[in-house]
Amino acid sequence: MARHNYGSAIREAFVYLLDTHPEVFVIGQGLWAKWYVGNSMTDLDKIYGTDRIMDSPVSELACTGAAVGASLCGYRPVVVHPRVDFMLYAMDAIVNQAAKWSHMVGGQAHPAVTIRGIVNRGGEQGAQHSQALHSWFAHVPGLRVVMPATALDARDLLISAVLCDDPVIYIDDRWLYDLEEDLPPVIERPLEREGPHVVREGRDVTLVGASYSTQQCLLAARALGEAGVSAEVVDLRVLNPLDATCIVESVRKTGLLCVVDGGWRTCGMAGEIIARAVESLPPSALKASPVRLTLPDAPAPSSAPLENAYYTTERQVVEAVLGLVASKKNAGKQAGKKAS
Amino acid sequence: MGADQFNLGLLADPGRFTEKLDIAGCDPAKLASQLRMMLLIRRVEERIGDGLVSGAIACPCHLGIGQEAVAVGVSEHLRNTDRVFGAHRSHSHFLALGGEPYALLAEVLGKADGCSRGMGGSMHLYGDAHGFKGSVPIVAGTVALAVGAALAARKDGKGDVAVAYFGDGAAEEGVVHESLNLAAAFKLPVLFVCENNLFSSHLHISLRQPADRVGRYGDTHRIPTETVDGNDVAAVSAASGRFIGQMRKGGGPAFLEAVTYRWRGHVGPREDNDVGVNRDADLVKWKDRDPIRRLLDAMIDAGILDQSGYALMGNAVTEQVADAWARAEAAEFPPASALLDLVYAESS
Repeated sequence: MARHNYGSAIREAFVYLLDTHPEVFVIGQGLWAKWYVGNSMTDLDKIYGTDRIMDSPVSELACTGAAVGASLCGYRPVVVHPRVDFMLYAMDAIVNQAAKWSHMVGGQAHPAVTIRGIVNRGGEQGAQHSQALHSWFAHVPGLRVVMPATALDARDLLISAVLCDDPVIYIDDRWLYDLEEDLPPVIERPLEREGPHVVREGRDVTLVGASYSTQQCLLAARALGEAGVSAEVVDLRVLNPLDATCIVESVRKTGLLCVVDGGWRTCGMAGEIIARAVESLPPSALKASPVRLTLPDAPAPSSAPLENAYYTTERQVVEAVLGLVASKKNAGKQAGKKAS
Repeated sequence: MGADQFNLGLLADPGRFTEKLDIAGCDPAKLASQLRMMLLIRRVEERIGDGLVSGAIACPCHLGIGQEAVAVGVSEHLRNTDRVFGAHRSHSHFLALGGEPYALLAEVLGKADGCSRGMGGSMHLYGDAHGFKGSVPIVAGTVALAVGAALAARKDGKGDVAVAYFGDGAAEEGVVHESLNLAAAFKLPVLFVCENNLFSSHLHISLRQPADRVGRYGDTHRIPTETVDGNDVAAVSAASGRFIGQMRKGGGPAFLEAVTYRWRGHVGPREDNDVGVNRDADLVKWKDRDPIRRLLDAMIDAGILDQSGYALMGNAVTEQVADAWARAEAAEFPPASALLDLVYAESS
């Protein structure tokens, strides 16, 4: 066991991959700088050389496209976009090329490329330095979308992503970089067998999160426990292709669902999770209408008070769940009245 | 030839360069194989055009009839371990590398024996056995991929090269400039081949760019660049041979602009008059610059081939294409399971 935080756990994944898989290389902006990507890649260029840790021109599209091209020639490149916002320049390479390549050539070639986008928000950075666009990527068949919530997953899901033959969007969140954990030795796990799992068991309500919002759900669950509510928490981990089985089973047990997502509300991941649960369960299984906590449908503001109002807090999660529990009780009373 | 940094000059002048090719010093066997390949490409594309007219083929097909010399001139310097990427008009790129006419025809018919297993149609071709890594219809969509394939080739260290085929319209996409810059900055062995046919869809280059020589973008990225008559297979072959030879020895990128003209419309079998493009007068002249006829004239003049030999070659090609078409029509469609089974390498 070795103690790591989320950022250094990502670096551990790179060390493992670069040590054991010569076909792995990394390309992106800021890889030789000290501040672009936190502590997640410190000194890798000095250890593995600038041929394998390639700092790049300011060309998100060409660099991502080049990585896709190299992945069709036996390599496993990782493209690093220090902010997801800038990665939008690369959408053609990601959505038109990588995601569709296997299908449109009849499964004869697979772009084994990992595209790492870092969510780096807050601090009054505003609309173009704050976005979380996992729901967009999860909408695209052919992409696998991975969002680790813990240091262990930050390491192991990156390894699984890079060793997967499909294009993977790996999104990590700078707000998690200080999260510490003891990491066991690496075991390579095929990404196609990874998916959402229960990270805290409970009886009364199901909380679902991804990445940072999973940690918010865990904090809220602790507070709810003190209020006598037993919350189960599901961590999404792999958003596409989505295996919602454990979410459905959890909601079947608890009857209440609250989804917390760091993206926007409309057409977002939270809506998808609720839809999967609702369409998979009989109406009687839900004791109250599911609830989602998301960003409001607005670009990220810069001014501090607006920014504070923009992001979901643990307190809001607790209140939403208490509201769910209360409406379940009310519904129970109403049903009792009708029965009598 | 009147070309300068910005202007194609006489190279873009219809009615010029209609005479027989200068084939002095060319290997007769190589010339015969160039002629046969150009003829094969043309017959296959004519067959596809007929299939579009009859309704047998429904997918969008972009025919390159008239442009055969470019792919043939470049491909003779390539080997199976090279990495070639195409675009929407890539039948010639696929065939010139040795791709089977049957696999192409089956693909445009949506059949499981197609080069992309019937999943791509005309606009998504694949032929890895011959180094054809893929073609897509997003304009300039594969140019950066070719740069990455060149990066992989450099890492492999075996002297392989990448080729990016694109048109003059693609030069208006930002990714081409990012790709030229990246390839030049990293000194990657990729040959950018711009088939400048003077048209993007219905718009002439004069309505889209301030100059008609696309090679100026190679110059400005400090990439060795040549602009040649793209209907002269000997000229294309000589220039691409020089460039590819340098890249195999460790050289960086090169840019070949081949000036040519497509006889049919942007998409489909007709000659463009259906989409409001009036180019009748120019097209007649460009047909006089036919890359096949010019090579044939030169070979007959040099005594390498006679009319009866050419007729034999033509008959054999026609028979080959007819046979491939008949087999492709009889082939099976992909199974329904292909719809979902091919989205990921491993099903979840």
